[in-house]
Amino acid sequence: MYNWDFNILWSYRWLLFEGTLVTIALTASIVVLGLLMGLIAGLAQISRFAFLRWVSWAYIELFRCTPLLVQLLWFYYALPILTGIEMSAITAAVLTLSLYGGSFYAEVIRGGIVTIDAGQREAGLALGLTPARVMRRIILPQAIKQMIPPLMNQSIIQFKNTSLVSVLAVPDLLYQGQSAATETYRPLEVYTVIAIIYFVVLVPLTAIVKKSEKALRESD
Amino acid sequence: MIAENYKIEISSLKKQFGDLVVLRDINLKIAPGAVIALIGPSGSGKSTLLRCMNLLVIPDDGSIRIGNDAFKFGHGTSLPSAREQARFRRGAGMVFQHFNLFPHMTVLQNVMEGPVSAKNMPKAEAAVLARKLLAKVGLVDKADVYPQRLSGGQKQRVAIARALAMEPEVMLFDEVTSALDPELVSEVLSVMRDLAAEGMTMIIVTHEIAFAREVADIVVFMRDGVIVEEGPAREVIDTPKQEGTRSFLRHFHTRS
Ligand SMILES: Nc1ncnc2c1ncn2[C@@H]1O[C@H](COP(=O)(O)OP(=O)(O)OP(=O)(O)O)[C@@H](O)[C@H]1O
Ligand SMILES: [Mg+2]
Repeated sequence: MYNWDFNILWSYRWLLFEGTLVTIALTASIVVLGLLMGLIAGLAQISRFAFLRWVSWAYIELFRCTPLLVQLLWFYYALPILTGIEMSAITAAVLTLSLYGGSFYAEVIRGGIVTIDAGQREAGLALGLTPARVMRRIILPQAIKQMIPPLMNQSIIQFKNTSLVSVLAVPDLLYQGQSAATETYRPLEVYTVIAIIYFVVLVPLTAIVKKSEKALRESD
Repeated sequence: MIAENYKIEISSLKKQFGDLVVLRDINLKIAPGAVIALIGPSGSGKSTLLRCMNLLVIPDDGSIRIGNDAFKFGHGTSLPSAREQARFRRGAGMVFQHFNLFPHMTVLQNVMEGPVSAKNMPKAEAAVLARKLLAKVGLVDKADVYPQRLSGGQKQRVAIARALAMEPEVMLFDEVTSALDPELVSEVLSVMRDLAAEGMTMIIVTHEIAFAREVADIVVFMRDGVIVEEGPAREVIDTPKQEGTRSFLRHFHTRS
């Protein structure tokens, strides 16, 4: 029978706390940047210009159809060889995760926009609004309501995806856990605590998503 | 460049969707303050003509002038930019069969949207204008409710106020009473009647033949993408010259 000993971890509490903060900050930045990417790519998907549609299609498929871990390694180790631009591990992590998340957000955003009745767009145009104003004032405010639950779901996945950046030695929760595990020879306790921390942060978030999905269903 | 005394001039207008020719060669001149009823069988191109007039459909060929604003289409012309199209559309207010009110805005905000977002009018000024127009269509007490709470007739009156808020040169109506319960039709027609009496230039696509006869100055009968007959409303409806017009109208007389 294994002899659990969590006391050993007490001296690592600040390290794990810092790791948790890094993970949360990382998630926050990749969600914001990813949404921005997703909005641009999602709008490009329904653009009048075939070129923009093609570029965004290529971007979305490229990031959706390759493993995130491979993308992370490629951006950190391969891209500098190609471009000569060195990136810190954090920069590479934020860049890759934002682009990866953006490719999924883009589909959600495009899907939300096309469900809005064509008559709304026509009514806006008929008033004399430019297409960009119609999008911002009339289509997006209506579409966002339906986009929120899937966007939140995707962001929860992104929170978990940040754990992959430990391979680039970004000091996130998992990376700090790994160093604690190596030093203490107590991987069972360490990784159990790490899992619990992820769980404790995400459970309330998934509850919020559930609630917002329900609110959306009831509002129709 | 008000070449002649017409408010609207449409010449040699053509439009096809793929192989389907919808407008063959439309020529129409409309005097200021005239009320035109556009009638014709389903699929004859009435909606397409109306939508061409505010560029929701871009014509293949021909030209359109509304007030001082003119566009040419077809060979040797470049497609007007999004900004130019938006400016042109301000001259023509459009009212749709299915209202197309903005559900995320109150009635007042719906009416303010054009002036605020297309003309950059200050909000306070736009609100005053919007209330004035809501009073005109008899809905000032509904200013702060959302469109979902209105009846079809009320929605359509808001849609008319929303279009009027842009102070257009001409109002375009596309079967605006077709989606309404019969008892709600008259409140919308009465608003349109008032507008006509005020001297607004109007083009009305309608199946309400009695209304067309009463309110319109000119009736234009379309079939298969061409104007078959046009003339003073009573003349065209009571004593049509063309066989096509006669058989179309017979369908209505026997029904009512
Ligand atoms: N965007 C489009 N793409 C392809 N075909 C179209 C399009 N818009 C209209 N059409 C076709 O053009 C023809 C004329 O349509 P239009 O809506 O102008 O007729 P209408 O006279 O308004 O008929 P109704 O009385 O039924 O409203 C129809 O056959 C229609 O299917
Ligand atoms: Mg029609």
